[in-house]
Amino acid sequence: MVLEKMEMFLDNLQPMDLMRSEKMSFVQLIIPAESAHRAISYLGELGLLQFRDLNADKSPFQRTFVNQVKRCGEMSRKLRFFKDQINKAGLLSSAHPVIEPDVELEELEIQLGEHENELIEMNSNSEKLQQSYNELLEFKMVLQKAVGFLVSSNSHAVAEETELNENVYSNDDYGETTSLLEQELRSVPSNQSGLRFISGIIPRSKVVRFERMLFRATRGNMLFNQAPADEEIMDPVSTEMVEKTVFVVFFSGEQARTKILKICEAFGANCYPVPEDVTKQRQITREVLSRLSELEATLDAGIRHRNKALASIGYQLTKWMNMVKREKAVYDTLNMLNFDVTKKCLVGEGWCPSFAKAQIQETLQRATFDSNSQVGIIFHVMDALESPPTYFRTNRFTNAFQEIVDAYGVARYEEANPAVYTVVTFPFLFAVMFGDWGHGICLLMGALILIARESKLSSQKLGSFMEMLFGGRYVLLLMALFSIYCGLIYNEFFSVPFHIFGGSAYKCRDTTCSDAHIAGLMKYRDPYPFGVDPSWRGSRSELPFLNSLKMKMSILLGVAQMNLGIILSYFNARFFGNSLDIRYQFVPQIIFLNCLFGYLSLLIIIKWCSGSQADLYHVMIYMFLSPTDDLGENQLFWGQRPLQILLLLLALIAVPWMLLPKPFILKKLHTERFQGRTYGILGTSEMDLDMEPGSARSHHDDFNFSEVFVHQMIHSIEFVLGAVSNTASYLRLWALSLAHSELSTVFYEKVLLLAWGYDNIIIRLVGLAVFAFATAFILLMMETLSAFLHALRLHWVEFQNKFYHGDGYKFKPFSFASITEDDD
Amino acid sequence: MYGFEALTFNIHGGYLEAIVRGHRSGLFTAADYNNLCQCETLDDIKMHLSATEYGPYLQNEPSPLHTTTIVEKCTLKLVDEYKHMLCQATEPLSTFLEYCRYGHMIDNVVLIVTGTLHERDVQELLEKCHPLGMFDSIASLAVAQNMRELYRLVLVDTPLAPYFSECITSEDLDDMNIEIMRNTLYKAYLEDFNRFCQKLGGATAEIMSDLLAFEADRRAVNITINSIGTELTRDDRKKLYSNFGLLYPYGHEELAVCEDLDQVRGVMEKYPPYQSIFSRLSYGESQLLDKAFYEEEVKRLCLAFEQQFHYAVFFAYIRLREQEIRNLMWISECVAQNQKSRVHDSVVFIF
Repeated sequence: MVLEKMEMFLDNLQPMDLMRSEKMSFVQLIIPAESAHRAISYLGELGLLQFRDLNADKSPFQRTFVNQVKRCGEMSRKLRFFKDQINKAGLLSSAHPVIEPDVELEELEIQLGEHENELIEMNSNSEKLQQSYNELLEFKMVLQKAVGFLVSSNSHAVAEETELNENVYSNDDYGETTSLLEQELRSVPSNQSGLRFISGIIPRSKVVRFERMLFRATRGNMLFNQAPADEEIMDPVSTEMVEKTVFVVFFSGEQARTKILKICEAFGANCYPVPEDVTKQRQITREVLSRLSELEATLDAGIRHRNKALASIGYQLTKWMNMVKREKAVYDTLNMLNFDVTKKCLVGEGWCPSFAKAQIQETLQRATFDSNSQVGIIFHVMDALESPPTYFRTNRFTNAFQEIVDAYGVARYEEANPAVYTVVTFPFLFAVMFGDWGHGICLLMGALILIARESKLSSQKLGSFMEMLFGGRYVLLLMALFSIYCGLIYNEFFSVPFHIFGGSAYKCRDTTCSDAHIAGLMKYRDPYPFGVDPSWRGSRSELPFLNSLKMKMSILLGVAQMNLGIILSYFNARFFGNSLDIRYQFVPQIIFLNCLFGYLSLLIIIKWCSGSQADLYHVMIYMFLSPTDDLGENQLFWGQRPLQILLLLLALIAVPWMLLPKPFILKKLHTERFQGRTYGILGTSEMDLDMEPGSARSHHDDFNFSEVFVHQMIHSIEFVLGAVSNTASYLRLWALSLAHSELSTVFYEKVLLLAWGYDNIIIRLVGLAVFAFATAFILLMMETLSAFLHALRLHWVEFQNKFYHGDGYKFKPFSFASITEDDD
Repeated sequence: MYGFEALTFNIHGGYLEAIVRGHRSGLFTAADYNNLCQCETLDDIKMHLSATEYGPYLQNEPSPLHTTTIVEKCTLKLVDEYKHMLCQATEPLSTFLEYCRYGHMIDNVVLIVTGTLHERDVQELLEKCHPLGMFDSIASLAVAQNMRELYRLVLVDTPLAPYFSECITSEDLDDMNIEIMRNTLYKAYLEDFNRFCQKLGGATAEIMSDLLAFEADRRAVNITINSIGTELTRDDRKKLYSNFGLLYPYGHEELAVCEDLDQVRGVMEKYPPYQSIFSRLSYGESQLLDKAFYEEEVKRLCLAFEQQFHYAVFFAYIRLREQEIRNLMWISECVAQNQKSRVHDSVVFIF
């Protein structure tokens, strides 16, 4: 009677939104070729249909729309080129939302091609100019620096030699200075006895090796002078600024000259001629300078022109990029479709949520209408063999919690979703470990800042860490709120207790007891109304009291959460109509857990209510060791001993109950079904001969008893052992909470109070700073992280292993929104 | 510490071994090659490659693609991976990795020297060099007129210097000399590498000695075949063989006196591991020999991955990747020149 009522009640429960994933339908689309592109792009905007790849066996270039995909790839390459150029030019590709008529893809392609050609031409022009500019600049530097060496060497050199050189120079006609650039190098004309030199410029990183090479090649018969250039010169290839060094090599002999020239070439050193005559030097310098300024003006004009062109591209770049990305996605999707036999229609298959069928239908109609197609698009539901994808409709609040669950495994289709409970239990378990309302308020402020700036932050790109923090802002908010709540219960504010809810229930027996050493307190009024009495703080029995409280609380929370998990497995079994799982898995499991640890929880509550001094360890241990013994002073209530024996027996029965019947029943069911089938096959005598071995094999394939049995055995053993170890695992709630409060006590007492004891403002400030840093980094960041991770583990392992399979796959609809989102 | 690599190997080598095994799983499989062989144009190849690890390296290339660009970019990937591993490596792995590139250095030296001899532009030659075999002063090789200068000016700074002791002569460089120099250098290099691996001991020594012995034997056979009909004397020829490997010493004696290909085959068929290679060739056929050797090498290189805790995987990976790039080059060339029927002539499947 009661059971029936329960059933009725459960059947009439409102279906919860997030509890089961959306109902999915496997649909087929038959799209006339002329409206295919439009239909797919409309579906992309809608974003509620996941296409199945019907051409998985074909390589990418064998598919129908490969040319379009290639063109899109080429266009996006051009766009990347533009972006790169814009970045190099130091312009910001500001995304001005210019409202312009949508360009067609073909037009865009032509436009992009034109822009690219224009840019490449401009680049090559400016490169040429830049090169000659660089050469002149280098020449200028060589002139400036080399003159110094020449003067000094001349002054040291013998007078006649200088004269000789000058004579030689006077013969040399310098009328060709206009063609300076073409003139690769010039050295002092042949002069057998005299010292000759080559001057030039080389990147600074190569100087040492260059010098060594020269030394070796000339066997030391040379003089190498160098001086760093004043300005950096742009490397035309990498467009980076390179430091260079001017050098002058003095040597003698023709052979050495060819060698040195070759080495210069090999090292990429540019040689420039420097006349020794001072007047000529001046003349050349003047000339070089004037040409430099000319070139500079031309270069500037070129760069301005180029920047203008780039800026005009930059206005539309983002839009174009999105457009090309969408087009590529459309063609990629079209490539997943099949041509039907007549080659006039495209056939597509895919998954969509059942609620979206009408929307999709409507979208497809719109597409047909807009593309003036004669034939409508056929859209109908089909049966599918594979299991549907899992799709939860989340909002920005539930999304983070769903992510926490999905990180463990995506729910099986229509399986109970633990995220529903995670929304509350996760922040709560976190707060049990992080109970301090001071720290909670800090967290709350952080979370509120993130939420207040939500619209701003969500539009901009964040670092990976901030991204994570921002994604979990609502988790953070709940965690903070629950920490404040738990902190109020623990009565800790940066580890300091406050008398918020009235005075303490205890007072000193006499007036002599001081604050620091509270002993001999006596209770004089009703208990403190909410949370832990502030007088426990600093008392000798503080730790034993809090430990006992938190330990017991952890066990209560753990048993409650594990029971919830097992009950969810009941709902799963009910939902999938699997009465076997209810009878031989759910029932013994819940009996086993509650007979042992449910009973422990009961004892804890009775002990709290009655104020008894019974030793619960003793009770639990001797419940197993000698259940028939008298409990003595540990007896909590009447009839405890027979109850214990009963519970123990129930638990013992539950183990084989969950182990044995299920595989045997499965086997029996299977043999029944199998026998039915063999009769059918035997009917046709001809098939009989060759079907026999095959059918026998399929029997083994379908049902392998030993495998099922071993699986069940593993499952049962895991549950039985898990009941113990998981309960113990919940004690981490206590441990982490203890660690947190002890750490904050240490920082408060040993840093802040100690520093405050001094009458020195500096020491006080330093103490305050250390306290603030320790609170921020160790307590707020590291402790948050560790409490988060432990809460995560409790959910993933202890809670979810009771019912959650998590072997589904996510619904990934074809949607433009998600494509533009994940741009690099 | 033979047999105890497992205890300590992962302290320094674990990360890189994981990296290299990850890289290895990116090598093309037979399915990839099948798809590549079906390509009609180089753009198709680019499209297929864009779905592989080569994708990022090719995505910014403008569309009329050339075979050289594909090869260049794919090599760039290998070089990037190599450099990454070299940065992370500690001794003795870093030395081991350095050893892996000396072969390319020798090839580059020979390339530059031969090129200058035929008066080619140095920049053009530099572009042809394998990026793994680049060293700082490689361009100045063009300055040298003879071996002695070559050594004294440039190579003394490079790790190749010790290998040069055998071939310092004052003779002017010519094609023959250079070829002899290449083989002498290679001989010294292989011997040195082998010694180094033996010093490392353990599984590295075991596997590398197998791989290097194969390499040495292959070179010996190639030297023999290439020197048939040239003025190289028997003694000179024998001097070029590396002093280890399966053929050493008796096989070398016999190879040194070979006068034609069939005699070489006769010698090699006495050695069981090489019997299978030669038995596949019909008489008088030497074109397919290269492929047969490559196939055998690939098989051995793949086997190196079967063991853990040793350095030979790095060597094997670099070699396999090079083979893959060779394959890609061949396929691209065939596709570009419309010779698709010949695609399978030279492609060596790795997996």
